Amino acid sequence: MSDAASIHSLVDHFFRHQSGKLVAVMTRVFGLQNLELVEDVVQGALVQALEAWKIHGVPEDPAAWMYRVARNKALDVIRHRDVADRLNPEWTRLVGRDEGADPLSLLFLSHEIADSQLRMIFTCCHPQLPEESQIALTLKTLCGFSTPEIARALLTTEANVKKRIARAKRKFIDEEIQFEVPSGDALKARLGSVHTVLYLLFNEGYSSSQPYELIRRDLCEEAIRLCLLLFDHPASTNSETAALLALMLLHASRFDARLDESGNILLLEEQDRGRWNQNLIERGIYYLNESASGDHISRYHLEAAIAAHHSIAAGFAETNWAAILLLYDDLTQLHPSPIHELNRAIAVAQVSGPDAGIAAIQRIRGLESLDDYHLLHATLGELHRRAGRAEEARRCFRRAMECTVSMSEQRLLERKLHDCDVLADSAKRI
Amino acid sequence: MSNFMFLFRGGETPTSPERMQAQMQKWMNWIQRLRNDGKYIAGDPLQGTGKVLRSPNKVITDGPFAEGKEIVGGYFLVRAETIDEAADMAKDCPIFEGGGSVEVRPVQVINP
Repeated sequence: MSDAASIHSLVDHFFRHQSGKLVAVMTRVFGLQNLELVEDVVQGALVQALEAWKIHGVPEDPAAWMYRVARNKALDVIRHRDVADRLNPEWTRLVGRDEGADPLSLLFLSHEIADSQLRMIFTCCHPQLPEESQIALTLKTLCGFSTPEIARALLTTEANVKKRIARAKRKFIDEEIQFEVPSGDALKARLGSVHTVLYLLFNEGYSSSQPYELIRRDLCEEAIRLCLLLFDHPASTNSETAALLALMLLHASRFDARLDESGNILLLEEQDRGRWNQNLIERGIYYLNESASGDHISRYHLEAAIAAHHSIAAGFAETNWAAILLLYDDLTQLHPSPIHELNRAIAVAQVSGPDAGIAAIQRIRGLESLDDYHLLHATLGELHRRAGRAEEARRCFRRAMECTVSMSEQRLLERKLHDCDVLADSAKRI
Repeated sequence: MSNFMFLFRGGETPTSPERMQAQMQKWMNWIQRLRNDGKYIAGDPLQGTGKVLRSPNKVITDGPFAEGKEIVGGYFLVRAETIDEAADMAKDCPIFEGGGSVEVRPVQVINP
């Protein structure tokens, strides 16, 4: 290596994403029932790359380098350990198919890697697994998160994360779950739970209850990355996948504008729309158009369409609230949920005034289930404030503060309380 | 200008891919600085395994030949005016964050 040789660099999250790809590929070799062994092999390959590259520099094609190492480690395991009888049937099939070819190398072709990752997505979202295991396992196997990182991302303890993952691994063994993409009707049903998991993953990142901005971005990026993988694969590309992808991209476009320099939350109406990421908006609109192909409208279609209306509006006041209200009408019919109805009430208030919004909130079916939800009280507070009722507004904002532990939400609510004081003062002067 | 060898021992290997990449980045930044200053000549990582032959019977044994943290994990060949300058250069090595060590040795000049 000469002085002049330039140092190759690594893309962001290279190790993390390679870990996800390698775990998927190695699971095809060793089977879902040997996930621990798979993780050992992958960890070994990552460590070897790290130890070599930190001294020698990153090779020209780091991914190919890592695949070679992983392949050799897998061959070592196959030769030296008594695993032949435990191997995945697929592996046995591959070995038996062509004596001369190297079946391990075949698995590292890019379409095979994508195929393995898709199997892993479907496996992590297997209906036999509890939802919290699904999300933890997705972060671990597909996204390369460590246990402490998952615990921080999901706002829980490391012991809990370990439990959730152990539960999933036991299910794989007990239920003899296969590492495959389901077909026919089973595919349709499972794709639905894959969408749900990715949607939840994105929301974990987008929600302001997550205090670490970097983790929030990571979670959203990972959800988008996995959704793109779904969209690009013939087995899982459909209009619902496109709509979910559009929804994520359109929301992600506002990431940079959601906080001010001090990390305080800026509401939609306060955001500098010049800071919305136009590239993400364009991509979101592109996938929204793609999603129009099917004959089926999902909640993701409607939520993406709502997000799109916000994205293309010149300002908060110029937003097409009437169109948004119609979409919320459809959404609350298609997917009845008190939270969707709450969001619909905000659109009602924009169209017909704050008192109409409050009336819509009072009509929410299952309103009592939102009693501890800070956004219900924050919304009521804001509508009372707009209607000029400072005292009512204050009471609602205080109730909202009792319902959230998030520091940034607390600061936002304090700001809102201050607005109420200003309102009360001006009322006195009149 | 003389040549010096850095021998790297020990240091922590992170288990999380993201932290691996963070450690990797620190080493890359350090090497890049040495290169930019024209100090870096070469370097190689060493595998953690090997064989040892001992006198007098040249009996061959497999590694490990030392405690884990005493195993040389790799070396650099660098340029510096003095051993003090070389030692100063080694101070920025990311290995110290994980409790590792760097041994700085002047390369013996055969034809002085």
